[in-house]
Amino acid sequence: MSSTFEKVADIIAETADIDRTSITEASHAIDDLGIDSLAFLDIAFAIDKAFGIKLPLEQWTQEVNEGKAPAENYFVMKNLCARIDELVAAKKA
Amino acid sequence: MKLEYFQMIDRVVSLDRETLRLVATSRIPSISPIFEGHFPGHPLMPGVLLIETMAQTSGYLLLGLNNFTAMPFLTKVVNANLRRFLGPDTPIEMEATLLHDGSGYAVTKAKITTGGKAVCDAEIMFKILPFPEDLGAKMRANAASLGMVVTEPAA
Repeated sequence: MSSTFEKVADIIAETADIDRTSITEASHAIDDLGIDSLAFLDIAFAIDKAFGIKLPLEQWTQEVNEGKAPAENYFVMKNLCARIDELVAAKKA
Repeated sequence: MKLEYFQMIDRVVSLDRETLRLVATSRIPSISPIFEGHFPGHPLMPGVLLIETMAQTSGYLLLGLNNFTAMPFLTKVVNANLRRFLGPDTPIEMEATLLHDGSGYAVTKAKITTGGKAVCDAEIMFKILPFPEDLGAKMRANAASLGMVVTEPAA
């Protein structure tokens, strides 16, 4: 598993009080882990700080609501971590 | 300050867009029905209303920084410290600084002082959402009445 996944899983476990062992790369943050939109703000804040990025939550939410992208693209752990890696790489570029 | 109407700020003194900081002042009223219960014969400004005061100060900071285009709604208060009791007719100064400008949310650090002495402080998170109905116009009017410079949004 990637170091990004380990870091994000630790953040979610601590921030949302979720059993760390229940978080896998296939976990859906909302459907599987039961994280609601307000709790996800806490997680986004912790991720923003930990990785020095700004998760584009508004853009993601809009894309999902408008049917332009499935929620899985952003809220399944392995995909969320891939998006984070992309944002970190873009920041370094 | 009118506690019963949740009007916690008397005046916005400054909004600095470089340091991302807003300063405001207020005076705890000398008379309020809230003091009849908190506490009988021993009036004290309730701590929850001090937190509300810090939240409103932060809210106007965020409104000012986003030029009144979206509404901050309180979602979380962390590390709140209530350090001093305040009675009626006490002048206070509030300060809020932007800690993090997230996507659809923001985090501030706010504090209240009186006579230069710390009263309370907290870290406060807001979810930023589009204004419901005509709330934007009302918030702009409220801000203008507090002394903020408010420009009308582009049509």
